[in-house]
Amino acid sequence: MKTYKVYSISDGTVIDHIPSTRALKVIEILGLENKGILTIGIGFSSQKFGKKDIIKIEHKYLMKDETDKISLIAPQATINIIREGKLVEKRKIELPDEYRGIVRCPNPNCITNREDIETCFTIRTKDPLVLRCRYCERILKSGDVEII
Amino acid sequence: MDFKGRSIISIRDMQKQDLLFISETASRVKQGSFRDCLQGRVLSTLFFEPSTRTRLSFESAMRYMGGDVVGFATADVSSVKKGESLADTIKTVSGYCDVIVIRHPVEGAARLASEVADVPVINAGDGANQHPTQTFLDLFTMRELFSDLSGIKVGFVGDLKYGRTVHSLSYALSLFQTSLWFISPEILRTPDDLVDEIKENGSRIRELEELEDIKEKLDVLYVTRIQKERFGDMQEYEKVAGYYRITEDVIQTLGSNIKIMHPLPRVDEIAPSVDSLDNAIYFRQAHNGIPVRQAVLGLVTGSIQQKNGGEST
Repeated sequence: MKTYKVYSISDGTVIDHIPSTRALKVIEILGLENKGILTIGIGFSSQKFGKKDIIKIEHKYLMKDETDKISLIAPQATINIIREGKLVEKRKIELPDEYRGIVRCPNPNCITNREDIETCFTIRTKDPLVLRCRYCERILKSGDVEII
Repeated sequence: MDFKGRSIISIRDMQKQDLLFISETASRVKQGSFRDCLQGRVLSTLFFEPSTRTRLSFESAMRYMGGDVVGFATADVSSVKKGESLADTIKTVSGYCDVIVIRHPVEGAARLASEVADVPVINAGDGANQHPTQTFLDLFTMRELFSDLSGIKVGFVGDLKYGRTVHSLSYALSLFQTSLWFISPEILRTPDDLVDEIKENGSRIRELEELEDIKEKLDVLYVTRIQKERFGDMQEYEKVAGYYRITEDVIQTLGSNIKIMHPLPRVDEIAPSVDSLDNAIYFRQAHNGIPVRQAVLGLVTGSIQQKNGGEST
């Protein structure tokens, strides 16, 4: 029998299959700090990925446009919505139309590095994932992404 | 097509139909339509870095159409020196005018300005990024000579890596599937991602290092200055400075019908003796900045409204 070291929740959202050690970053991107009860598991064994992280968020149902924000750091994550102890929705992460306030622009002469404004990147191509800064229009490959 | 209230920030925001519409409006302005349509309107020119042609042509364009101009020509102005943010400057100025033209050394500054302003913003150059009205006037000049841009052969020579003019124009021409030749030293090649984009839009591209290697007869050769200010390493600059120089002999080799364009200012990449040839159209190109900018100012302020070929002002 599979034994988890984090207890199950009966109501809320479970984010599974997060690449190991990125759970805290996921929480930061989703803005979940100090917003209710979270259970975080880091470094669990995973048949698919070797190691994985898992986050359980009680009494909060994350919408698709919210969870898609983590596609840059956890593209393989799965989202499980639990209501009254039952799994009512299971979905994968998809690429959003744009990333706001998540990615730092590598161009030192970009206005986002000069003024206090939120960064914004649009998707140039999905496969391979290439982003474009809305402001300076520089291209950014997914391997060069720096999360803010 | 309605441009009223629309900011003009990047060529990437434009469709082929937008470019044709602006060009056709500019053509009608040049023929004398829409006189004084900007009467009672005020343009703010916010030039955070120096410019001669662009600033003067915007100011002339506004005045030729009956409008007024306020603004500054250097960042050495009170509010900026006091440390005011760009967003605050724009929010304030947008209450003083009907349209803003901005040039700024930081890339993306014009996009930010358009997001916070209550009036349309026209990008007159943001660092190495975009300068869309230069592209409009380049296209307009080409369309005066060649009605079908999809059928012509255009070469670009010089700094193809850092030159924003070349990037914007080659992208715009790719919307017409124009065949393009890129001639530059290896270290100043067109960025790969732009080459990919242009190909995706349907243009054929050939990349060469020497003008002599062009086998076909080009219709236009667009010459650019190798910009010293874009180089961090002066040794790299010295290696490529003066690499290409267009002379009467070079023009004979390229084909006697070729048209030579240049966004100006030039340094020594085109010999002055070329100026008097029919091939040289770079001063005409610069002068076309007036009707093109008149058209853009008229369209974004809603002072020029064209529907189904009709006109009202």
